[in-house]
Amino acid sequence: MGFSILDELPKLVWLLIGVAAFLAAIGCLLFFVDRGPRTKYEWWQASLFLAPALILLLLGLVYPAVRTTFLSFSDSRGENWVGLQNYTWMFTQPLILTVLRNTLLWVVFAPALATATGLMYAILVDRRRFESLAKSLIFMPMAISFVGASIIWKFVYAYSPAGDDQIGVLNQVVVWFGGEPQLWLLNPPLNTLLLIVVLIWVQAGFAMVVLSASIKAIPDEIIEAARIDGTNAWQQFRHITLPSVWPTLTVVLITISVQTLKVFDIVRTMTGGQYETSVIANEMYAQAFRYGELGQGSALAVFLFVLVIPLVIVQMRTNRRQREQR
Amino acid sequence: MTSTPTPPVGGLPAKAPGKTVDRSRESSAARVRKRLSTTAASVVAVVIATVWTLPTAGLLISSFRPEEEIKNTGWWTFFTDPQITLRNYGDVLFGTASQGQLASYFVNSFVITVPSTVFVVVLAALAAYALAWVDFPGRDWVFLGVFALQIVPLQMSLVPLLSFFSEGVTVAGVQLMPAWDLQGALAFTNVWVAHTIFGLPLGIFLLHNFVSQLPRSLFEAARVDGAGHGVLFRRVVVPLVVPALVSLAIFQFLWVWNDLLVALIFAGGGVETAPLTVRLAELAGTRGEEWQRLTAGAFVSIIVPLLVFFSLQRYFVRGLLAGSVKG
Amino acid sequence: MPKSPHPRATVAASLSLVFLTGGCAYLEGGGSQSADPDSPECEAFSQWQGNEGTVSVYASIRDEEAERMERSWQQFADCTGIDIQYEGSGEFEAQVQVKVDGGNAPDIALFPQPGLLARFIDAGDAVPAPDSVRTLAEEGWSEDWLNYATVDGELYGTPLGANFKSFVWYSPTYFSENGHEVPQTWDEMIALSDAIAADGVKPWCAGIESGDATGWPATDWIENVILREQGPDVYDQWVGHEIPFNDPQITEAFDRADEILRNEDYVNGGHGNVQTIGTTSFQDAGMPILDDECGMYLMGSFYAAQWPEGTTVGEDGDVFAFNLPPVDPEEGTPVMGGGEFVGAFADRPEVVAVREYLATAEYANSRAAEGAWFSAHQGLDLDGLEAPTDRLGAEILRDPETVFRFDGSDLMPAAVGAGTFWRGMTNWINGEETDVTLDYIEDSWPS
Repeated sequence: MGFSILDELPKLVWLLIGVAAFLAAIGCLLFFVDRGPRTKYEWWQASLFLAPALILLLLGLVYPAVRTTFLSFSDSRGENWVGLQNYTWMFTQPLILTVLRNTLLWVVFAPALATATGLMYAILVDRRRFESLAKSLIFMPMAISFVGASIIWKFVYAYSPAGDDQIGVLNQVVVWFGGEPQLWLLNPPLNTLLLIVVLIWVQAGFAMVVLSASIKAIPDEIIEAARIDGTNAWQQFRHITLPSVWPTLTVVLITISVQTLKVFDIVRTMTGGQYETSVIANEMYAQAFRYGELGQGSALAVFLFVLVIPLVIVQMRTNRRQREQR
Repeated sequence: MTSTPTPPVGGLPAKAPGKTVDRSRESSAARVRKRLSTTAASVVAVVIATVWTLPTAGLLISSFRPEEEIKNTGWWTFFTDPQITLRNYGDVLFGTASQGQLASYFVNSFVITVPSTVFVVVLAALAAYALAWVDFPGRDWVFLGVFALQIVPLQMSLVPLLSFFSEGVTVAGVQLMPAWDLQGALAFTNVWVAHTIFGLPLGIFLLHNFVSQLPRSLFEAARVDGAGHGVLFRRVVVPLVVPALVSLAIFQFLWVWNDLLVALIFAGGGVETAPLTVRLAELAGTRGEEWQRLTAGAFVSIIVPLLVFFSLQRYFVRGLLAGSVKG
Repeated sequence: MPKSPHPRATVAASLSLVFLTGGCAYLEGGGSQSADPDSPECEAFSQWQGNEGTVSVYASIRDEEAERMERSWQQFADCTGIDIQYEGSGEFEAQVQVKVDGGNAPDIALFPQPGLLARFIDAGDAVPAPDSVRTLAEEGWSEDWLNYATVDGELYGTPLGANFKSFVWYSPTYFSENGHEVPQTWDEMIALSDAIAADGVKPWCAGIESGDATGWPATDWIENVILREQGPDVYDQWVGHEIPFNDPQITEAFDRADEILRNEDYVNGGHGNVQTIGTTSFQDAGMPILDDECGMYLMGSFYAAQWPEGTTVGEDGDVFAFNLPPVDPEEGTPVMGGGEFVGAFADRPEVVAVREYLATAEYANSRAAEGAWFSAHQGLDLDGLEAPTDRLGAEILRDPETVFRFDGSDLMPAAVGAGTFWRGMTNWINGEETDVTLDYIEDSWPS
C-alpha cells in the first residue's frame, strides 16, 4: 500500500467542491440580503447574516447544552430523574472538592500570569532591534498542540535519582545549585502550579501579540509628551500604556480565562489527573464516558457553565461602554 | 476589572507650552540611567525568551538523539558528546508496515483543516457584522449567548452531534434533516461541520471586537448612497478587516490542525480520513509511550503550523493592530 | 473570502452540480480486492463464503500489535470477500460509549474489560452470540473464561487474546551467579528478597506511571496478593462488592503488599526511593533487571515485548519469569490474567461470520503465528508460540487444574476499576495510610 496520488485525488476534489459550494451559497446569500422585503428590512438582513451561524450553533452547542443540563438531574444512564443527587455528590466527594479547588487555582493564576508575561514582554521588546524575531520565539508555543506542549514539559520536569544523570532541565538546574532532584509532579498543590506553567507558556504568545499591536496603536505624540515631561518608565506604563491597552487587555484576559476553564489535554497528558491535579474538564470526561456516569459528568459540565457567568457579566459591561463611546 | 479606566494622559502634569527639549542636552546622569534601564530591560527580555525557547529546543535536540541516549542522559550532553541519528524520524515517517502512508495522513489533515478554517472565518464574519452593525432588537442578548457558548465543553456535544449525522434531525416526529451516511472522501463533511461549529463562538467573539470598532462615519456615508448591508459588508467591511480575518484564520488553522478528539470521533482512525494527529497518537503504541518517536512526531506535526505562522506573520500582526486602533 | 460572487458563484455552482451527479461513486471509493474464492488456500474458509460485506472492528489495539492482528485475518477477508475495517484508538474505553450513544456503533468491538462489555449488555446495546458462535466458544474455552461474558445465561462475547498477570520477571543469569533459586512459596520469596538486599541490590523494582491510566500496575499487585492470601472466593466477593472494599481481609492483603512495595530496603531498584514508583513508567520499571540493579519485577506476560532488541528471554537467558508463588502451598496457586472479549453491536450475516471465525482455533493459530500473542483457546498450538514466557503463560492458563481469575479492576464498575482504585493506589504509593486509601475507594463505589 504505497502512497499514490490517485488515491488522494478524490479527497482533494471533494475539498474543492466543498469550499466552492460553500462560497457559492454565501454569494447567493449576500445577493439576496439587499433584495428582501421593504418592511422589516433590518430583520430580514440580520436573519440572513446570522442564520447559517446560528443554525449550526443551535444544533451543535445549544441543544447539547440543554440536553446536558437535563442529564445532570438524571442517573448514570440518563434514564431516571434523580433530582439534585448528582450535585450533592459533587459537593460532598473529597475527590471532586479537590478538583474544584484545582480549577480555582487554574483560573486565578493562568490568565493573569499569561497576560502579565505577554504584556511585559511586549513592552520590553517594543521598537527594539530583532523585535519580530523576539516575538516569534514567544509565539512559537501557540503552534504546538497541547499534547505536544505537555510532552515537552514532561521532559523538563523529568526526574532521575540523585547521583544519576538528570534528564530534566529543571532538576539539572537544581543539581547544579547543589540541591536534591525533586519529583516535581508528585506533590500537591505545587504540581498543579507546575501544570499551570505549561498553559502560561502556550498562551503568553497570544497575549503578547495582541497587546503588542495595541501598544503600537498608542499615538506617538502622547508618548513623546510624556518623555518631555520627564516621566520615568513606571509612570509611563501606569498612566499611558496601561489605560490605552485596557480594553484589549480585557479581551485577552477573557479569552484566556475561557481556555483555562476548558483545559483538558495538559492535565490528561502530564499526570492523567493523578496526584490531586485533576480539573473539572478532565473529571467530567472521565465520569461521563470512561466511568459511564453520565449524570455526574453532566453535573460537572453544568458547573462549568456556571463558572463562565462572571465573564459574561464583564463582557456585558464592556459592550455597553463601547456602544456609548461610538 | 470593574473600575472604569482612567483616560489616557489624565494623570500627567500639564506640559509647558512652547518648550522643546534637545536630546543632547539631557544630563549625563539621565543618559546613564536610561542606558541602565535599557540594559535591564534587555536582560529581562532575553531571560523570558530563553525560558520560552529552551523546552522546545531541548525536544528538537532530543529528536535527533538515539533512543538509548534520550532515556539516560540530558539533551544538553549533546553539546559535549554529539550523537546524531535520523532513525526517530525514519520510524515516524515510514513506520513499520505503513510505509509511505504518512503522506496520506498529511493530505487528510490538509483536507480537514482548509474548509474548516474557511467556513468559520466566513460565517463568523457575517455573524459578527450583523451583531455589530445591523439594528435589530435583542442583538446584545444574541451576542452574549454566542459568547457564553464558548464554554460548552465540546466533549458534551459529541454524542448529540454524532446522532444528528447518523440518525438525522427530528423535531416532534418531523424529519427535518435526513441521516448522512457518508463514505470515503465524503466522510470529511462531518468533520468540517463539527469543527465549524466548535470554532464559531470564539471566531464571532474575536471578529466582533474588530468589526464593532470600525468608525461609524464609514457606514453613514455609504448608507446615504443607498447601499444595503450586503453591499456594505462586501465593499466596505471585508476589505478593512482582512488582516483580522487572516489572524482568525491562523488561530482556527492551528486549532484544527492540532485537534485529536474531534478527528477521532468524526473522522475515525483509518488512513482514508484520519489526520496526522491520530496517526501520531497511534505511534505511541498500544501499551504506552515510546519517547524517541514522540519527540520526532511532535516536530513533524508542528512543521506545518510553524510555516503557516511565519509566512502569514506580517498579516497577523497587522490584523490585530487594525482591530485595536481604537484601543 | 467572499468577493464579487456573481460570475464565480455561477461557475462554482454548475461545476459542483456536475460533480455531484457524476462523481459521487468516485468520491465514495471502491470496494476491496479479494482472492479467488475457489483456490485451495480458500477452502478452509468456504463455510463463510457468500456473506460479502463490510464489518467495522473497533478496539484499543494500535501500532505494531494492530498490524499483526490485521495480517492474521487478511486471508479470511480475501477469501470470503468480507472487508474488515479495523480502527484502533487509545481512547477506546471512552469513545466506544460515544459512538454507541451517537448511533454510530462499530459492528464489532474488542473489549479489554468485561465490565465495560457488561455495561453495554445492561443497556441492551450488545448483541448476544448466536448458537453457532456459542458452540465454537464452548469448544474453545473453559467455563471460567466464558462466564465473564455471560449475563443471565446468555453469552455475549468470546475471548480473544489473553495475558498472564501473575508473572515475576527476573534475570536467570543474575540468580545463578549469586546462588539464588526461584522461590516456591511467599516466605521463600521474602527470604530471597532479604538475601538480595544483603548483597546491596534492591530486590524489587516497580513503576505504575501509564499516562491517564497511571496506577493500574499497583492494582495488579493487590489483586494477586488477595487471590493468593484470601483465596478465590474472597476475591470474587471483593470484586462483586459483596464485601466492602475496606474489609479487614483486604486490609490484610494490603499490608502484605506493603511489606514489599513500600519497603525502602526492597524498592525501587535502579530508580530511587519508594516514591519513584509513582513516576516510573511501567515500561521502564523492569529494565534495571538487565543491569543487575533490580532483582524482581511483577508484570504481565506482555512485558516480553518491552525488552530491548538482543535480549534473550528464556529459562537460561537474560530474563525470564516465574508465577508469583502461593502464600500457603496447600491452597494452591490461583492465577490472574486478562484479555479481550469480542462483543458485537450488529447481527448481519457477515458480522456473524467474523464472530465465528474469531472464535475458532484456526484464527488463534493464525494470530499466534504473527507473534507476541497467545490465548486460552484449547485448540491453540503451543509450539507455534514465539516467546517462552507466552508458552508458559498459555500452558498455565489452559491447564484444567488452574484456578483462573480475571483482573478484578476490569470487572469492577469503571468509576472504581478505572478510576478511584488507580488513584487510591497512586496516593498509597505516595505515602497515604492504608486505612485512608481503602475508605476512599469504598466511599466512591457507585450505589
